[in-house]
Amino acid sequence: MSTFMPMLYSAWDSDIAYSFRKSRVAVISTLLLLAMFLAAIFAPHLAPQNPFDIAELSLFDSELPPAWAEGGNPAYLLGTDTQARDVLSSIMYGMRISLVVGFASVILAAVLGVTLGLLGGFLGGIVDAVLMRIADVLLSFPPILVALLINGVLRGALPQSAQADSALIVLILSIGLTNWVQYARTVRGSTMVERRKEYIEAARTLGTGSVAIMVRHILPNVLGPVLVIATINLGMAVLTEATLSFLGVGMPPTQPSLGTLIQIGNEFLFSGIWWVVVFPAVALAVLVLAVNLLGDWLRDALNPKLR
Amino acid sequence: MFAFLLRRIVQAALVMLVVASIAFLMFRFLGDPISNLLPEDATVEERADLREKIGLNDPFVVQYGRFITNAAQGDFGQSYRNNRPVSDLLAERFPATAELVLVAASLALALGIPLGIYTALNPRGWISQGLQVVSLLGISVPTFVTGILLILLFSVTLGWLPSFGRGEVVDLGGWTTGFLTLSGLKALILPSIMLALFQMTLIMRLVRAEMLEVLRADYIKFARARGMPNRMLHFKYALKNTLIPVMTIFGLQLGGLIAFAIITETVFQWPGMGFLFIQAVNFSDVPVMAAYLVLVSFLFVVINTIVDLLYHVVDPRLRVEKSTARGV
Amino acid sequence: MTLLELDNIVVEFPTRRGPLEAVKGLSLELNEGQILGLVGESGAGKSITGAAITGLIEPPGLIRSGQVRLRGQRIDNLAPEKMRRIRGKEIGAIFQDPLTSLNPVYTVGEQLIDTMRVHLGLDHKAARKRAIDWLAEVGIPAPEARLDQYPHQFSGGMRQRVVIALALCAEPKLIIADEPTTALDVSVQAQILALLKRLCRENGTAVILVTHDMGVIAETADRVAVMYAGRLVEIGDVAQVIQDPLHPYTKGLMNSIPQIGNRDARLTQIEGAMPGLRNPAPGCAFAPRCPQAIDTCRTLRPIPVDAGSGQVACHLFGEAQ
Repeated sequence: MSTFMPMLYSAWDSDIAYSFRKSRVAVISTLLLLAMFLAAIFAPHLAPQNPFDIAELSLFDSELPPAWAEGGNPAYLLGTDTQARDVLSSIMYGMRISLVVGFASVILAAVLGVTLGLLGGFLGGIVDAVLMRIADVLLSFPPILVALLINGVLRGALPQSAQADSALIVLILSIGLTNWVQYARTVRGSTMVERRKEYIEAARTLGTGSVAIMVRHILPNVLGPVLVIATINLGMAVLTEATLSFLGVGMPPTQPSLGTLIQIGNEFLFSGIWWVVVFPAVALAVLVLAVNLLGDWLRDALNPKLR
Repeated sequence: MFAFLLRRIVQAALVMLVVASIAFLMFRFLGDPISNLLPEDATVEERADLREKIGLNDPFVVQYGRFITNAAQGDFGQSYRNNRPVSDLLAERFPATAELVLVAASLALALGIPLGIYTALNPRGWISQGLQVVSLLGISVPTFVTGILLILLFSVTLGWLPSFGRGEVVDLGGWTTGFLTLSGLKALILPSIMLALFQMTLIMRLVRAEMLEVLRADYIKFARARGMPNRMLHFKYALKNTLIPVMTIFGLQLGGLIAFAIITETVFQWPGMGFLFIQAVNFSDVPVMAAYLVLVSFLFVVINTIVDLLYHVVDPRLRVEKSTARGV
Repeated sequence: MTLLELDNIVVEFPTRRGPLEAVKGLSLELNEGQILGLVGESGAGKSITGAAITGLIEPPGLIRSGQVRLRGQRIDNLAPEKMRRIRGKEIGAIFQDPLTSLNPVYTVGEQLIDTMRVHLGLDHKAARKRAIDWLAEVGIPAPEARLDQYPHQFSGGMRQRVVIALALCAEPKLIIADEPTTALDVSVQAQILALLKRLCRENGTAVILVTHDMGVIAETADRVAVMYAGRLVEIGDVAQVIQDPLHPYTKGLMNSIPQIGNRDARLTQIEGAMPGLRNPAPGCAFAPRCPQAIDTCRTLRPIPVDAGSGQVACHLFGEAQ
């Protein structure tokens, strides 16, 4: 049995495409995500209305319930808010912002984390020690708190007038700077393992420089885990963005993300217009759920032993 | 054991020093304390006086030393927004957060551990599959959305439970408690469910994963090969090995609860520290931010140190580390 | 008297490319008190055979056909609870790695006491007394003090002694020992084997010793069964199989043991590797590597026939007769 099960595993492991086709969850989440990405990217062309163009808004149509409910208007499938903005259109535009912040902060975190991890793992010594201590301290705090603090500091450093315009950048920075640690740790670990291998020695004897070794030889070996972390992190990042916006320190109401929409809707919770808060909330939950399911599947597919 | 304790305390003190330094840097370089503390029409002389009075003209090192000394005594200066001592504000708000976190943590543990064990032991049952789906929802649906939905259902639609505040509280010599009144208890229900739900699903998933891992371990296989009954295998041999790592993570999660309380408190306008902190972030009220950071870090450090010590008490491999040879 | 019979056992692991047969129809008998060595390369199916006997094949693996009989009673189709009572009490097991076989968070005493209380119905005090005796029996010094220590406080060899005590403490009639010394220092291996042999002889316990090490078999076993690619190729008394192996594969195995006192003897290796379990060729599985293979070997599978002190499955042997 000692040799048999690993054999089975490696046969199973070799075929990621197969396990993707076999996993209904992975296929469905991918389709959902694709639909949402497309809806977000092409929001200006697909959305029934541009909710930011005042010319398109008509206050007569404010607070309309969803189309299927009594008093609903088929032009506004998911109803309208207090300013007559079409909820469906707002969601599509909001998702756009949520995804931009999500992707940008994941890329920032990944680039930062991979770079620092490579440096720490490859150089070792004091650089590594300092990096890892910073990582330890960051990891001992919940990410949402770290993000809130970075957010508070960045906003505090900006003049009041510039805050609304730079909200997007501030969010990307606060989330990206919070999440790099996991990449750095993983990459550092693999780098330290790879560094000792013979082919690295060989490359060194051939006169390949440190940077070239890191980029050409070590980087490709750590990309798999980085991809898994990035996928799982995307869900986290979208969630963090929504939370910060909900707490009122993210996107302003003039450029609402899904979180901002929920925050705005929350204020009308008791006035009976539930659709203003429920639909953006569902959209956000489905988006994050799909990303998480895909991330879970990817992690299992790349490493069956974790199941 | 004593050496370990000492090492752990030194470590904790170091972390606190780092955090306090960050707090100081925030305090010193973020925004201008003078224009924040004085009305806008203050004269140049008034400004200069205040600079002198709160010591902004002293050398950097002196200011740093003073900040650390004051912080160690719980003095974080005046809030820019409320013009009251930050320590008073925090002391007022602390019981609300502590009670909320306590109830939520108990709820999360009391439900999360049994559910995790159940799903690990019956991985293919439909209840387990259902719980897995629910737990995935639990970590994917943002907590504030859960809170809003709870309010929508139980406050707006059914009208059973309050949607904001703590209800009536009783003051027990500086500690306000909601445990002693009916309205206080009712007010606790929704916020603590919201706060607990996410942690509960986390604990459940963690217990499940750990237990599945442990059940595959050689010592469980060997115990099974010795014909030990399942009850003993699961609840004695596997459970203890499962709960040791879970305990550590829970320590960290307790910190998470304090942080997530920020969101819960915002949704339910719960008059706790988190609500105070989010207002401070919103208005760049640096002294409050700095003080909250230091206080929360202190709580984390204390909790982590206690968990570490407990870990050493529970896990025999660590307990006798010193007394016997390390080699096999 | 016959203790254990395996009757044409087939063990199968379903995979997405169809079932894999890890054991392809294995029959053998074991008498009470007998020590049988089960040898073969990794993947030959010897560990899985051991797991089949204790009913601990990991799902989704299963015994597709055949019977396992203990004292004439079928045990391969028992209800889980009935099989549990047999495990430990009738059939004990010892695994490869003493470092991971013991539960790290309970003392060795607690693990011994639990095992005895489950199978022997002793009260705590009596079980504790016997646990001390067992530790002494397996050669652990100061057993009374050691009883309340945790596994990590024992050395590797000492832990394997504890494992042996655990496997034997409910006095089973059969022990499946799967590579019990592979993870140990060479210096400790011989001691552990000698201990196992002595205790089994004293208690009349039969042993199936799964190993890839012919040297271990030569020292310990009464009989030896050689497996290749999920099948038995030769079985017989140890002396005969070692001195006068009948199957070319067994001969190859014998040539690969270093011989003491014969410095000039060369170690030879069997060329090639064992075929995969998938898509087996029609003939003898060893044919591709066999130096003496004839045409029949590649088309017709040899059936075990009585020979020497046991059986052998080889066309050449039939030819020679």
